[in-house]
Amino acid sequence: VDEEEEYECVSVLNSHTQDVKHVVWHPNQELLASASYDDTVKLYREEEDDWVCCATLEGHESTVWSVAWEKGGERLASCSDDKTLRVWRRHQPGNQEGVSCSGAEPTWKCVCTLSGYHTRTIYDVAWCHLTGALATACGDDAIRVFEESPSSDPLQPTFSLAAHVPRAHAQDVNCVAWHPKEPGLLASCGDDGDIAFWRYQRPEG
Amino acid sequence: MSLVLGLLSQTLSRLLRDSGLHRGCHAPPNPAMEQDKALEVYDIIRTIRDPEKPNTLEELEVVTESCVAVQEIGEDEYLVIIRFTPTVPHCSLATLIGLCLRIKLQRCLPFRHKLEIYISEGTHSTEEDINKQINDKERVAAAMENPNLREIVEQCVTEPD
Repeated sequence: VDEEEEYECVSVLNSHTQDVKHVVWHPNQELLASASYDDTVKLYREEEDDWVCCATLEGHESTVWSVAWEKGGERLASCSDDKTLRVWRRHQPGNQEGVSCSGAEPTWKCVCTLSGYHTRTIYDVAWCHLTGALATACGDDAIRVFEESPSSDPLQPTFSLAAHVPRAHAQDVNCVAWHPKEPGLLASCGDDGDIAFWRYQRPEG
Repeated sequence: MSLVLGLLSQTLSRLLRDSGLHRGCHAPPNPAMEQDKALEVYDIIRTIRDPEKPNTLEELEVVTESCVAVQEIGEDEYLVIIRFTPTVPHCSLATLIGLCLRIKLQRCLPFRHKLEIYISEGTHSTEEDINKQINDKERVAAAMENPNLREIVEQCVTEPD
């Protein structure tokens, strides 16, 4: 971006009723996801020169702190103060799974809820676009990595805990990010003021 | 179980860091230690002044010794849970007291801890809303950026000379 150019605000969306904690763009479409203190995830797309909220994902029981798109963009992961990680899947109108849609708008359904792994608020989730692994940043100072079981049903996927570092940071872990080009390289940061680099290897067998 | 944990920890190893941290075993719960810690917490919060009245939270019975619960959650790490009783059912004062509790403990509590603050059940009509706010660290930080709120909190938590 040329330093001389200015940014112009083209739209303000106030669908959420409380603070918005995170926004993230879809990997290949003009679709935006947001996470909020109002316990929902919302999706937005452009319609006739303005942006509209095209979906609201409800299910979390407390603040949603972050969302992450899967590489292909058909699924979304969200993490919350309710200590769960949820995976949502898009169903297009006329889908074979028999999921009803209103009009031409796809429906998003929660197809997996991972609970019992995190002991405090989950502040961030990152979905690796190279390996499909999910990493989480938690208020219990730990980093966890989840992998999808290879044989799992796309409509009811199962994820298992593949790695857990209990004291990744001396305080809350706030953010995790997978390197876009180097598989297994993960960066994290926390309230302790540290940035850490990790190398993750999928467990054998 | 420990074999599985060993395999898991091998797959996630640290690069570029020498933190000097060691992962100790989880100690069995020690009620005497937890009780000690609870008193340590109480000693810090009881002198906090009420935002409205010229009394401490202890004098107004907003906090009592029994309102502090401490649980060991790891090696030298404790979960501290405080349930306070606001004097009036006014939302903004309750959140302000919650804020004072959090800020003072953040500054004064010497041991490693995670803190949860709640309004004692049944004392407030919007208690879920208040509890959610005072336990959201981003909202707490945002509140402390407000100069007016910050000033009130400072007055409530500063120890008199």
